[in-house]
Amino acid sequence: MVIEIPCEHVWREISNYLDGEVTPELRAQMDQHFRGCRHCLAVLDGTRNIVALVGDEQPFPLPQGFGERLYSKLREHLR
Amino acid sequence: MHSSHVMEAEAALIARVLGGDSNAFYDLVRPYERAIYMAAYAILGNEADAEEVSQEAVLKAYTNLARFRAEAKFSTWLIQITINEARMRLRKDRRKLYESLDDAPQDQEGDYTPRDFADWREIPSETLQRKELRQALARALASLAPKYREVFVLRDVDKLSIAQTAKMLGITESSVKTRLLRARLQMRDALAPGVDGSWTTGREEYKKVRPW
Repeated sequence: MVIEIPCEHVWREISNYLDGEVTPELRAQMDQHFRGCRHCLAVLDGTRNIVALVGDEQPFPLPQGFGERLYSKLREHLR
Repeated sequence: MHSSHVMEAEAALIARVLGGDSNAFYDLVRPYERAIYMAAYAILGNEADAEEVSQEAVLKAYTNLARFRAEAKFSTWLIQITINEARMRLRKDRRKLYESLDDAPQDQEGDYTPRDFADWREIPSETLQRKELRQALARALASLAPKYREVFVLRDVDKLSIAQTAKMLGITESSVKTRLLRARLQMRDALAPGVDGSWTTGREEYKKVRPW
């Protein structure tokens, strides 16, 4: 028998859940909650997507010419 | 994440640099350009300053390479130097210092409540190519308070562990977790309506789900 937990509790732990930083008991409670709560499931999916997006897709570009300027600075320094 | 193979290759490059082959330093740093730039940006919130600090950090790493100890990862060491340089820059700029002090009381604030319950199951690959998504991500990142942005970038962009992130920023692991939650939820809130709606118009599976 898994004890039910409220949405607020789930939101507080959603980031820890994604990082595997919750106890097995809490994970079971959250899994049960997600099965019955579409809102929290949407928050979970969206948060997971954010983590995947910024981690795997490199969406934040370096400024144009960053590498060239960095290595020309370095070349000056090494001279 | 960092295989021992990479660490061995880096150790060899470091030995070459220390032995006088300074060109090997380029190969050592190149894989981490983005990681250090993002770390600097997270702290400074400004692209031009972030680039300058990245350059200073790389020069400093070169000068101090002999002090690098192989028990640390080179990337971690380099990011730590960058963070220190970025914070020194902040301290020099008194105006920004006061701005960041103004942020401090927010640490005691209560729970963050998600604002949007848009259904966002998966990201269609064509959406990733959309300029709107990248711009929205950049805006969302810029809108985070520095203390949330720092943690989010080190953990989720630079992919450091919770323990490493805590150590680098000089905060507890529990603070890292609290701030990371806030940052991730805020990023999601900033992105979800677009992914749900305007960027994928016409796609059945991304219909708006707004209960209230």
